[in-house]
Amino acid sequence: MGLKRDVSLLKGARYRGQGPMLTFILHRIGGLGMVLFVSIHILSSFVGGDLGILLNDIYMNWGFQLFVFFCALFHAVNGLRITLLDLWPRLMAHQREAIWIEWAVFLPIYALAALVIVRTALVS
Amino acid sequence: MAARSNTLPLRKRGLNFEMLMWLFTRLTALAMYALVLFSIIGALVMGARTQMNLADVLRWGFMPNSTHIQSSNVPDLAPWSTTFWRVTGSLLLLVAASHGVHGFVVVLDDYISSHRGRTVVRWLSILFMVPMMIIGVYVIWTS
Repeated sequence: MGLKRDVSLLKGARYRGQGPMLTFILHRIGGLGMVLFVSIHILSSFVGGDLGILLNDIYMNWGFQLFVFFCALFHAVNGLRITLLDLWPRLMAHQREAIWIEWAVFLPIYALAALVIVRTALVS
Repeated sequence: MAARSNTLPLRKRGLNFEMLMWLFTRLTALAMYALVLFSIIGALVMGARTQMNLADVLRWGFMPNSTHIQSSNVPDLAPWSTTFWRVTGSLLLLVAASHGVHGFVVVLDDYISSHRGRTVVRWLSILFMVPMMIIGVYVIWTS
């Protein structure tokens, strides 16, 4: 039983879902990013050797750290919002307010971590 | 607007495997929060006397494995590589891996609509997840 849809990628990209749609997209990117990161990280620590060192060098790169921390933190904060609203469905009426709170939690933490990551990269 | 939810009662919704996995995803999210906070508290207790760096505390929190603080200024790795922390780390790995692989399947379901394709995705995800879990647990217990 497959779902029949007739929406092109371009049309899908122009869909204006506003704030909730943005969190949906970022949640997916974050989740897939972490699956990729954790899988390669486990394999590289298992294999070790030159390949492991090469992969660890990629992880220690500040650009990659900014990306992975964005994935992890956004997925965690957004996931907590989804969990709380799903387990207490009466709160779902306040979804947009919850998303504003979510950004208010996410942005200061991410900004502080990004500052530390970039400053550490610039010093060393 | 009255705050009324549009959710169906459980008996009308049906209780199938996908519904259980939906609940599983939410509950494992809470479990991961608990495990990460638990590990962070552990790192604060064990690292307090050594003036441990906050970045190292958080790296330990996301995965309590002693190799994650190997190159930090923690002098003695022995209290960090006990059976207790290996069990905590293994739990976090298993919970996170099952949550992550199920999420991967949910994402792919949005792009693969045939019944056959979805079955293939499910088998491939299991074939991918089980060896990764075994390798991950092996790395935790041998490092």
